[in-house]
This record gives sequence, C-alpha cells and structure tokens, in this order.
Amino acid sequence: MKQQPEAFHPNSTAALADPVLRSNFRGAMEFLRNKRRTAFAGVNTEEGDFAALSRRGEAIKQRCLQQLPELLEQLEQNCTRNGIQVHWAETSQQANEIIESLIRARNGRKAVKGKSMVTEEIGLNEYLGDRGVDCIESDMGEFIVQLAGETPSHIIMPAIHKDAGQIASLFENNLEDTPYTEDVDQLIGIGRQQLRERFQHADVGITGVNFAVAETGTLCLVENEGNGRMCTTVPPLHIAVTGIEKVVAQLSDVPPLLSLLTRSATGQKITTYFNMISSPRKPGEQDGPEEVHLVLLDNGRSQAFADEELRKTLQCIRCGACMNHCPVYTRIGGHAYGTTYPGPIGKIVSPHLLGLDATKDLPTASSLCGACEEVCPVRIPIPKLLQRLRVESNHAGTAEGIVRGAGSGRKPLEALVWKAWAWACRHPAIYHRGASLAAHGRKLFRFLPSRWKTQRTMPQPAQITLHAALKNRQRRSATPCPQEKIS
Amino acid sequence: MAEAVRIYPPKPDKVYLFGTCLVDSFSPQTGLDAIALLEHHGIEVVFPQAQTCCGQPAYNSGYDGEARAVARSQMDLFPASWPIVILSGSCGGMMRKHYPALFDHAPEVVAFAERVFEFTEFLRHVVQPTFSDQGAATRVTLHTSCAGRRELGIHEHGLALLDQLQQVQLVPHDYQEECCGFGGTFSVKHADVSAAMAEDKTRNLVGAGVDEFVSTDWGCMLNLNTTLEYAQQPLRGRHLISFLAERIGVTQPLGKADSEKLFAEVAR
Repeated sequence: MKQQPEAFHPNSTAALADPVLRSNFRGAMEFLRNKRRTAFAGVNTEEGDFAALSRRGEAIKQRCLQQLPELLEQLEQNCTRNGIQVHWAETSQQANEIIESLIRARNGRKAVKGKSMVTEEIGLNEYLGDRGVDCIESDMGEFIVQLAGETPSHIIMPAIHKDAGQIASLFENNLEDTPYTEDVDQLIGIGRQQLRERFQHADVGITGVNFAVAETGTLCLVENEGNGRMCTTVPPLHIAVTGIEKVVAQLSDVPPLLSLLTRSATGQKITTYFNMISSPRKPGEQDGPEEVHLVLLDNGRSQAFADEELRKTLQCIRCGACMNHCPVYTRIGGHAYGTTYPGPIGKIVSPHLLGLDATKDLPTASSLCGACEEVCPVRIPIPKLLQRLRVESNHAGTAEGIVRGAGSGRKPLEALVWKAWAWACRHPAIYHRGASLAAHGRKLFRFLPSRWKTQRTMPQPAQITLHAALKNRQRRSATPCPQEKIS
Repeated sequence: MAEAVRIYPPKPDKVYLFGTCLVDSFSPQTGLDAIALLEHHGIEVVFPQAQTCCGQPAYNSGYDGEARAVARSQMDLFPASWPIVILSGSCGGMMRKHYPALFDHAPEVVAFAERVFEFTEFLRHVVQPTFSDQGAATRVTLHTSCAGRRELGIHEHGLALLDQLQQVQLVPHDYQEECCGFGGTFSVKHADVSAAMAEDKTRNLVGAGVDEFVSTDWGCMLNLNTTLEYAQQPLRGRHLISFLAERIGVTQPLGKADSEKLFAEVAR
C-alpha cells in the first residue's frame, strides 16, 4: 500500500468536505459504539466490569511484553516442534521476500487471503501482484475494498466508508451478471458466491494472527465469516504473518484478551469462528495444509519496545475501539491518515513503522480528549503517548530522540515562541503587563493565527484582568495578603 | 483516567485560588464569583498575585522543558498547606495528573498535586453547600472539558451542584461526552478538523433548546462561544461558577464603570 501520511492536512480537509463520507462514518461509529457499550454492560459480575477486565488485559499484555525476546524464542521452538516453520523479518521487504519464496517453492500462482492488517502494512498484495502471484481477499470487507482498488479505512471494518448504494454500484459494474441491489443480504450473497470459487483454486492461504501462544506454539485467529478457516485449511500451503507484539505466554492468557477483543471490536461476546492452528496436516489426516509457516515481523516495533513508555504502544490487540470513539477519526475517516493503521492507535504506531519525519502531522492531530484511552481494552495511555511523540518531534537535536525521525517536526519560530512564553510566565510583572495591555489594547488579538477565524470570531479579552481586579481589592483590605505574609 | 477514590479533607478556613490564564484575561468575573462563593461559605481566599499559567499549553504542544519551568515557578507560589482551588478542569488535570509526571513523581510535587482541587469538585465534596435557588425558571445544559471529564470526573460534580437548584431544568445534549474541538494548539494546527468538531458540538448545544449552557472551562467556552457568534446563534455559555453565584445571589458583577476605574487605579 502506498503510505502517504505527509498528506494528512489536504486529505483531512477533503474528507471534511465530503458529506457522504461524514455521514457514513458518523452512522457506523455510532453503531459500533452502541454495540460495544451493550457488550460490556452484559459482562457478568464474576468476570468483573470493563474496568476490571481491562486492567487484567493490560496486565497480561505488559507481562508478555516484559519477556518479549524470551517468549518469541519459546514460540519459535514450540512452533517448530509442532511442524510450523518460523521465519524472522526485520522489514516489510524481508517479509515479502520470504512469503514470495515460500510460494515460489510450490510453484504457486494464486493466493487467497484472510483479513490481515499486517499484510496491508507490508504491502503484500501489490508485491506479489507485481511478481505474477494473484492475491485475492476473502474477507467481505477486504473483497469490496480490493474490488474498488482502495485500502481499508478501518482495521476491523475495512469497507466501513461505503454505504450499501456504493457497494451495489461497485458489484454491478465489476462483477458479471450482477444487477443493482441495495439489499444487504443479497449483496453478501453475491460476494460469498464470488469468494467460494476462489478458495478451491488457491495454491496458498495467507492470514494474520491475533494471538501467538509461546507455551504451546499455537496460532489463534479470530473471525466471523469462516474465510479465515477456509484460508487455513483448504489450500496446501498456509502462511501466517504477524507483528512480534502478538505473542502471549500461555494459553490461559488468551480467553481474557479474546473476550476484550470481540466485545471492544464488534460488540460480540465471541466471534462465530475462533481458529487455533497448531500444526500442518499430520499423516493419516484428511484435510489441512501440508505446510504451515509463521512470519514474525518487526518493522519498527523493536524501536517502540526499547523505550519503557513507548512500549505500551505494543499492548494493542487491534480492536479498533479507539477509532470508533475518536472525534477526529469519526469526522475524517480512515483514508485521510494515509497509513495502514488509522485513528488514535495509528497515530502512535505509525511513527515507529514509518518514522516521525513522514508522520509528524499525526501526533498533533488530536485534541487529547482521551476518548480513546477511556475505551482501550488494554489501557494504552494514548493521549500521553501522543504528547510524548510531540516531544520527540520537537527535539532540538536528533541525538536525543529515540524515535526514527525525531526532531523533524521542530519549527525554530515555534520553539522560540514557547521559550519566550515560558520566560514571561516566570516573570509575573512582565506577564501581567502584557495581559493588561492585551485587555486594554484588544487589537493585539488580531495577531492570533488567522486559521482560528475560518469559522469563529476572535475572542475578546475582558477590560480588566482578574489580577488587576484583585490587586485593587487587596489594597483596600485592612489586613495584608496572607500569601505575602508567609512568603 | 479519573481516579476511583479520593479522600476529601474537612472544610478549611483558607484556600489558595489559582485563577488560570484564561479566566484572568477573558473572564475575571468568574474569579470574583468563585471568591464570593467561597467567602459566602466562610472560607478565606488567598490569591497569589505572581501566578500566571499552569504550563499546559506548552506541555500539550510537546515542550516539556518549558512546561516544567513554568510548573516549577507556579508551585513555588503556594507554600502553605491550604488546598489550591483551580477554576478549570483542564488546568486542574494538568496540575493533578501531569505535574507529577513532569517531575518524575518527586514527593514534593505529588504532595502539591494532592492539594489541587477543581472548583466544582471542591465545592461539592469539601464545602458541601446547600443552595437555595433565587433565580427564575430556566433551562441549561452542561458542557464539560474532556480533561476535566476523563482525568477528574468533574461532569458528575457539575451535575450534582446544578441538581440542587430548584428552578433550573438541566437538559442533556446529544454527544455530551464528545470533545468540543478546542485542544489548545490543535485548534490552530488542525484548524479544519477542530472547526468541524466545534460546529457539531454547537449544533448539539443549540439542539438542546436551552436558555444558556454552562461549563467549567473557559478554553472550551472561548471555542464554542466564538463559533456560535460566527454562526450568528444567540446561545452563549458561561462559567458554571458564575451561574451558581448568580442563582444563589452572591455575585457582584464587575460593571464597565468599575472596570475602567480599577484599570485606572492599577495603571497608576
């Protein structure tokens, strides 16, 4: 996928001006928020409420991240013992090369894919397509997006930006003998018919992984449509790709995280399918792939891992609740971000994947309202991490920065303004002289950045500051100010 | 995240007031009403004149060094052990939650943060007033800042206080929990997105069909009032403190003549 977070400003402006897009997102996010609220309202007291469950989720992910290197080694050992071949990729390029070579080794031409954001991250479809391997999406949302030549606009609901009418036109224009219908059941039926055939002729199935269990060497895959099961059982070769942060220590870590994931993502207590892949087809078995491979991808994650605070970024279980509740995402949609992962989580993950130089407009694109943190099932302090990335972006020297591209957002004039402002705040006589001048010479405020004024009037300072009003009050009072007495 | 439990002290004789830079410049009346309310309940208010800003603008913009320097200078102004009452949920969140983080949770900073109370929280849980509403029947809706709501849980305090006013009908508005779009420098750096959020919020406030809206944060209100004015809507917001002070009859409005007289005196 072509990543273009540099174009966030023009993209978001264009999205805001698109009434269909805005109404599609507003409606869809409202729907998902309600589903999530209902799902957690129904949690029984034995499991605890959302606060208790999310604390547990956070604790599990933090424990697993603390021992990440050891768990990855253990995962490799146990997968290998189970017959799952493990490959390590530091970059997207390496991951793509590994996958291509695995397909080549079996003379594969046709790949069928389950929904997987990490393969979007590495641009696998395009990479394989350029090398003569057809990569077909089998998740309904992904299928729609691929048919439209687009990328997912949401990590759980890839085609959420489209309404039924847009999908009806897309099917009518791109699929043979397909009449226009806005009936959702019929649309799904049409898509499903298209996809069935593709499974039967695929040489390879490619999926992501939701949880990789180190203790047992098991790959867990969460899905609703059954396409994930088809991808992992019908073709003779199954390649699973995942970021290194998806490893958990033991099987018992999975149920709490799974419960949080499905409730947060789609408001379900459990998805229709939950696949646990523990080996290729064994001798004497009737079905299953002959080969199973796991590609473990770093792609900037170890940079986040290296810093205790930024490491919390890796707690993410990719539920998408933060985007569903984000006032910015709700208004501009996922494509405006120009990154694989949009929304609040995208703003804190993407700088590690793509560098802060390319993504410097993302951490600032938040009012730090905290709606994301409030719903995060693993309690990632997203606003704090956004603030931290702003600090990294403003670094004076790149040597200090931990994040690749640190310092690239620094504007000398802005830095100077903050320095002067901080100085004035520490010199009350000067600060208050300035505030009084502003109060009386209100014209000063015309120098406020003009962008404020596109849809607002200029705020008017009061005629007198509170300081001035109270100074006078103290002068009149008989006793000296207690503060002055003690200081 | 809002704290689960806070143990409140008994009502003190004295408190410090942190006015905030926005109240100072844009609504001194809010400060005067806060003092009137506290004095009405027998609490002496000390206002250190050297106070300026809590440092949040720099902190949110990613200038930790500058924010730390400002924070340090402000903390020095409150040496006695009295509670520090602050007229904003957002600045309250800065002092209570982010000051400790800025100073690596140094014990003296943590102790300072412990003494910080957002005004409505202090009023509700420490002063514990019983209001007698003296105003005419009116309909209002409450907008709370996100920092105040999510870091301090202040929406509950505002609602509880307003609930005491017999003649005031409290009306909810759609998407109450959603941000107004201010976010400090966000409103300038991402002006289009910010304006779209403000537009939606003001539409929902207008849609509530109220006489006015109240809030505990001048940051949000400057954003919302100027958006409403631009859209030529008559609805305006004012600080919850001023609303309360007026309803119980303790406000002393700072008239234009007073302002000019005071300004002349101060300027001398």
